[in-house]
Amino acid sequence: MTIKQVRNIRRISQIFFFAIFFWLILKTNFSVNFNPANPEKIELPLPVSITLQFDPLTALGTLLANGVLYEGLLWALVILIPTIFIGRFFCGWICPLGSLNHWISEIPSERMKRKGKSKIESNRYKKYQRIKYYIFFFFIAASLMGTLQIGLIDPLPLLARSIGTFVLPTIHTAAFGIVTWFRSLGYPPLGNIVQGIYNLISPLLLNFRMVHFHGIMVIGIFFMLILVLNRVYTRFWCRGICPLGGMLGIFSRYAIFGLAKDEATCNHCNECLLHCQGADNPDIGAAWRQTECHLCLNCQAVCPELALKFQFFPQQAITKSNPAGVQKVDISRRKVMASVMGGVALYPLFRSGDAFEVNANPYLVRPPGSVGESDFLARCIRCGQCMRVCPNNALHPTLLESGFEGIWSPILIPRIGYCEPTCTLCGQVCPTGAILPLAFKQKVGDKSTSPNRIGTAFIDKGRCLPWSMATPCIVCEEWCPTSPKAIYLREEMVIDRTGIAVRIKQPYIDPGLCTGCGTCEFACPVADKAAIYVTSVGESRSPQNQILLKRRTGK
Amino acid sequence: MDRREFIKKTSKAMALAAITGGTGAFFHNREIMHYESFLSKSTDFVVPFDNSLPGIALSKNSNHIAALNASLDAIGGIKRFIQKGNKVTIKPNVGWDRAPAQAANTNPDLVGEMVRLCYAGGASEVIVTDISCNDPRRCFLRSGIRESSEKSGAKVILPTEADFIKTDIKGKILDVWPVLKPFIETDRLINMPIVKQHSLSSCTIGMKNFYGILGGERHRLHQDIDQSIVDLAAFCRPTLVVIDATHVLLRGGPQGGSLDDVLTADSVICSTDQVAADSRAAEFLGLKGENIGHIMLAEKSELGKIDYKSIGYKEIV
Repeated sequence: MTIKQVRNIRRISQIFFFAIFFWLILKTNFSVNFNPANPEKIELPLPVSITLQFDPLTALGTLLANGVLYEGLLWALVILIPTIFIGRFFCGWICPLGSLNHWISEIPSERMKRKGKSKIESNRYKKYQRIKYYIFFFFIAASLMGTLQIGLIDPLPLLARSIGTFVLPTIHTAAFGIVTWFRSLGYPPLGNIVQGIYNLISPLLLNFRMVHFHGIMVIGIFFMLILVLNRVYTRFWCRGICPLGGMLGIFSRYAIFGLAKDEATCNHCNECLLHCQGADNPDIGAAWRQTECHLCLNCQAVCPELALKFQFFPQQAITKSNPAGVQKVDISRRKVMASVMGGVALYPLFRSGDAFEVNANPYLVRPPGSVGESDFLARCIRCGQCMRVCPNNALHPTLLESGFEGIWSPILIPRIGYCEPTCTLCGQVCPTGAILPLAFKQKVGDKSTSPNRIGTAFIDKGRCLPWSMATPCIVCEEWCPTSPKAIYLREEMVIDRTGIAVRIKQPYIDPGLCTGCGTCEFACPVADKAAIYVTSVGESRSPQNQILLKRRTGK
Repeated sequence: MDRREFIKKTSKAMALAAITGGTGAFFHNREIMHYESFLSKSTDFVVPFDNSLPGIALSKNSNHIAALNASLDAIGGIKRFIQKGNKVTIKPNVGWDRAPAQAANTNPDLVGEMVRLCYAGGASEVIVTDISCNDPRRCFLRSGIRESSEKSGAKVILPTEADFIKTDIKGKILDVWPVLKPFIETDRLINMPIVKQHSLSSCTIGMKNFYGILGGERHRLHQDIDQSIVDLAAFCRPTLVVIDATHVLLRGGPQGGSLDDVLTADSVICSTDQVAADSRAAEFLGLKGENIGHIMLAEKSELGKIDYKSIGYKEIV
């Protein structure tokens, strides 16, 4: 097999893994297995979050933060162990964000053609590439203290979150807007054609219903910035920022596979530099950097003189003008220490504020099955899979609702969507066990098990129709899914403003039965701000955040 | 500069100035166009009254499919209601994410059988749809209605944003509301409710089931629930009402959940008169039609008879 064929295999591999990643995110929806004989079980047929469990940085971060390698995270070793022997093949062959950066970097432009020389220069190893190692140490130190922030910039959760909560919803909104625009032209045939196209792509790409996520602008801008920077420096993110790249670089310290350069045949055409992805100095005259190389094989494939060759135990004549490759990571001990200390300091910074414990946001309702807040923040990688799978668009990425520490972790906003009483999909897709999978009876409860509770509902009597406006309603009671209903009614005589006595049924809440699902808040007809609302008190995951001395168990 | 060049150069600038100015003048204080149009229902689903047949029939049989067939045959059989090539929409109650035994949704076997009957009667297309309260994908799965309907060849529609059309209900309090298209764009409409307790309207049977044709902020309807129900019933005027009283939800309605609240009545009611049908079915809940607000109002609005015996009542046991 020639090197060009191997390079083509690498290209196919990039497309393949990107497609799998994207497809599994698309499949993170309600395409479920259902057997009428066992109606309690609604399961996703595919392990849609498995791609995230192959991420070594997620594995290491969650392991350090909560001391356990959850479920499928052992798969990360499939990436990590080969890296020890051959280097960062993941970055060049598999990483879907890396591939995206690769493709966007390689889109030809006027500027690139004109500036061949500056591109050669920019593809030489630069000092800024060390930043990713310091970022890695910073976040890993924070994880060790129990605050897992790595998901913010870990490429796989980052991409999953960006696609799931930003790219796909905006495509949906755009497509629907275009259809509406064409239909509004008042020329039905054209509108029908556009609608036809929409109907065709809709089952492939779009959600069953349009979703709207809280605060996606920040996620979107962050993601687009990463992509745009590729137009300035080839794979800027991968070279300079990506902490997973840094981690894999560190693990390729003792790799036995590398680049050998033959000085005698080289004519210094610099083709290798022009096509280098990792900026690892593939040219003759500088030391090749093992820890930066993505193993994309471009340099060997484009070399017209066949002077470059990847091999096990690379052998080359080492001279002053053709130095041996460097395996050591280019970082200083002092700066590593500084990064670690910075990461450690993150913990007291977050936790000495009031948001975590003493003044937690009452509206911070976490998904059903979530572990306690401290464990939650040690597990959630902000991949957004729970938000994507939620059939009711109930789960959203937080902005500051759970403090700076919890940015982009899931929050349930009942006004947008309530927690579907029998649904357990978010726990099924969580790759790190921040949301544990619940069995049907753990979710809804039965005679021996209490249901999973995420909060408690309260009535805002000033806004409630039967309580303050002498008007019948009872929608909250109608929708309340527990049995018996947590919302009960009492008929009272109320005097309306004309002095006439009317019999009105007024709602009350039994906190012992309420699960906090938010169905009532969702259905309340008071449109802008519901007259019944959920706060997190009473949530199953917290022994402290409670109202009652003892809650009734069972139904 | 010669004359030719002068004309060439200035005419381009003049043209752009004219377009700019013209655009401004054209759009100045223009009435904003309202693209959204709305329909009023034009087709009528009702079949002519037939004096020789009973107007309402109830059949009790633990074989629910046989019960449906018996009561339908008693009021004239499927051929009376469906002509060859008709497009039929069936509106079961698929409001909640509940299993059939919990009696929150219409019995799936009855819906499947009704679809089969419609095709046997010559229907060209049978649609089964409802606007569920819970996630429709879950409701249609767990209620078993998706499976039973599709098995019998029906097209099951789970509503999305694009499936609504603004429609003038022309009611006393309901004006223009988004209505699910298959409830308007069809030839025949069959209402297939289940009998349930309801805290505000005391029961939710046939006419109340038409809440499920509306999108939008339908929770506001509860503020005048009787008139809302009657407005919808007057708007829909179904071809046929088939009431599932095989299981009746006595308490905790309309969603239920506990099997202790379910009464097994093994009955199916078929009628052309939606008021009479509701009035008879309410008796399963221990209620009387003349004590129920929306049923009384419906009779007053000349939608049907509370005294179901007056239109010919047949009971098959």
